Amino acid sequence: MIEEVLKEADKILKERNQKTSIENFLFKEKLSPYELLILLLDDNDENLYLMAEVSKKITERYFGKVINLFTPLYLSNYCTCGCSYCGFSMENRNLKRIKLNEEEILKELKTIKSFGIDSILLLTGCDMINTPFEYILSGVKIAKDMFSEVAVEVYSLKEEEYKILAQNGLTGVTQYQETYNKEVYDKLHPYGPKRDYYYRLYTQERALKGGVKEVTLGVLLGLNDPIEDVFKMILHAEYLMKKFPNAEINVSFPRFRPAGTNFKESFKITDKMMLRFIFSARIYLKNVGIPLSTRENSKFRDALIGYGITKMSAGSKTCVGGYSKEYYSGNQFENEDKRSVEEIIEVIKRKGYRPEFTNWVKGVVA
Amino acid sequence: MSFIVGGKSIKNRLFVGTGKLPDYSILKRIYEELNIEVFAVAVRRINPEKGKGYSVLDFLPKEAVIMINTSGARNYKEAVKIAMIGREITNSDWIKIEISGELKYLLPDNEETLKAAEILVKEGFKVFPYIFPDLVLAKKLEDIGVSAVMPLGSPIGSNKGIDCELLLKAIINEINIPVIIDAGIGRPSHAAKAMELGADAVLINTAIATSPDPFSMTKAFSMAVSAGRLAYEIGLPKEQEHASPSSPLTDLIRGETK
Repeated sequence: MIEEVLKEADKILKERNQKTSIENFLFKEKLSPYELLILLLDDNDENLYLMAEVSKKITERYFGKVINLFTPLYLSNYCTCGCSYCGFSMENRNLKRIKLNEEEILKELKTIKSFGIDSILLLTGCDMINTPFEYILSGVKIAKDMFSEVAVEVYSLKEEEYKILAQNGLTGVTQYQETYNKEVYDKLHPYGPKRDYYYRLYTQERALKGGVKEVTLGVLLGLNDPIEDVFKMILHAEYLMKKFPNAEINVSFPRFRPAGTNFKESFKITDKMMLRFIFSARIYLKNVGIPLSTRENSKFRDALIGYGITKMSAGSKTCVGGYSKEYYSGNQFENEDKRSVEEIIEVIKRKGYRPEFTNWVKGVVA
Repeated sequence: MSFIVGGKSIKNRLFVGTGKLPDYSILKRIYEELNIEVFAVAVRRINPEKGKGYSVLDFLPKEAVIMINTSGARNYKEAVKIAMIGREITNSDWIKIEISGELKYLLPDNEETLKAAEILVKEGFKVFPYIFPDLVLAKKLEDIGVSAVMPLGSPIGSNKGIDCELLLKAIINEINIPVIIDAGIGRPSHAAKAMELGADAVLINTAIATSPDPFSMTKAFSMAVSAGRLAYEIGLPKEQEHASPSSPLTDLIRGETK
């Protein structure tokens, strides 16, 4: 049970003042959770360089000199949740609500496909009335004919629903817990389906049992003590890896970005902290996938190529209908890296890496 | 030095995997200058729709032998499906069955591999199963009619070399189809060792792809493979506990002359 893992994590977190030199364990094949916490807490710059080098070696071993590219597509921004940090929140009365119909979805997908992208992430807000399961299913069905990998980032579904989606071409599920701290979670999610902490916590398990091959966990950095959230997320990922040894597991580290609400983050996340989180995840979970979104600026994203990350989103638009420019609706958050797919490809190549578009054979899953 | 495998005569016993390479443009050069003939290509890395130059197939010389890899498959059904798609796209009937049993060490699922091999042999493929070194399984695969077996030297990408020599030797000695050691070979000396053991070929990916100079590293591996094979064919001297006489004088010194 993941609850037990989180309870154990809380115990370890209470001992967070413990200081040991990271060099004592950095090169071990398997670190303990105590050692993971030391990595996350370390604030020595020299150690950060060392962690970067170790991360590079491990990443090359498992993933080679390759960066996978994907693009998100927002199908709808309707939402029945009141999450205070999110631009799609029901509280955001200024947002023009839009939902793409099948024809519009196809048009958007064609535009994204023309960039050369072969891996798509379909997103909606959390609204089971305007965007019911059938709507998500139809989106997956349209996308799977054009893309090798089709993932969704929607509200938490039932195992049976994930099974139907997987049978119809879904390869991945992304679900952010946002924060693992239950108290903070409850406060930030006052109403709506997302309010159920535990139902959300088990999303990845339901998806994997339903037959998807890849899941992505995430916390929204800035909502809570980042050490606690990142520590628990990494242990959550490890738990899933043990339970589903055949599944591809990813961890994501989005930082809070302004989103058309008045929300102010409780914790400021510096670049250095982000680096440390990414390297810690890589060193602790050697084969975990680490995507890096366009929330981060181009300088930061470019610097990380080769040092832990395995995937990058490219050419992203975070408003509904943003690719074929039929509509302009409000963004879920602001993008920092606004470069085109072609520009990202160039940077990856310049860094001595190969941009990769396909990580799965279309039609094999379904 | 050449050998027959999958109905083809292959001169260079170094096979190169392409999955982790930073740049496919190196492939033509290593084919032309280093005479590498066999390239393992993951079907999931082939994107037939785009034609924008990102498909590995655009970079491989037409004469090269393509060994289609089913990596990404989690069970025999997926492997068979990937193989079918792969043959369709590449026109090659060489199939490396790779079915991951888990993703941390990327150890193959031998049970599912056997099932996939049975089907693919019947479908007329030249089948190359990537296996955990298990002689009993290797014999079953031989009976089914696979073209070669590809036991691992150590886990993929680990660079640990030949970490299960005893098990590999048992396979090499007991079966009558080619044995290609795949995975874990990190250094040219590991490759030479594999060849000295009597392997027919080795497949390398990570060690070449992640080298600062993949071309020269391929060359180093190719030389090591040739050296190891040559030594194996000549016959390696047996190891002994004590020094043995190498000079006629030794007999005199020991007073053992007639």
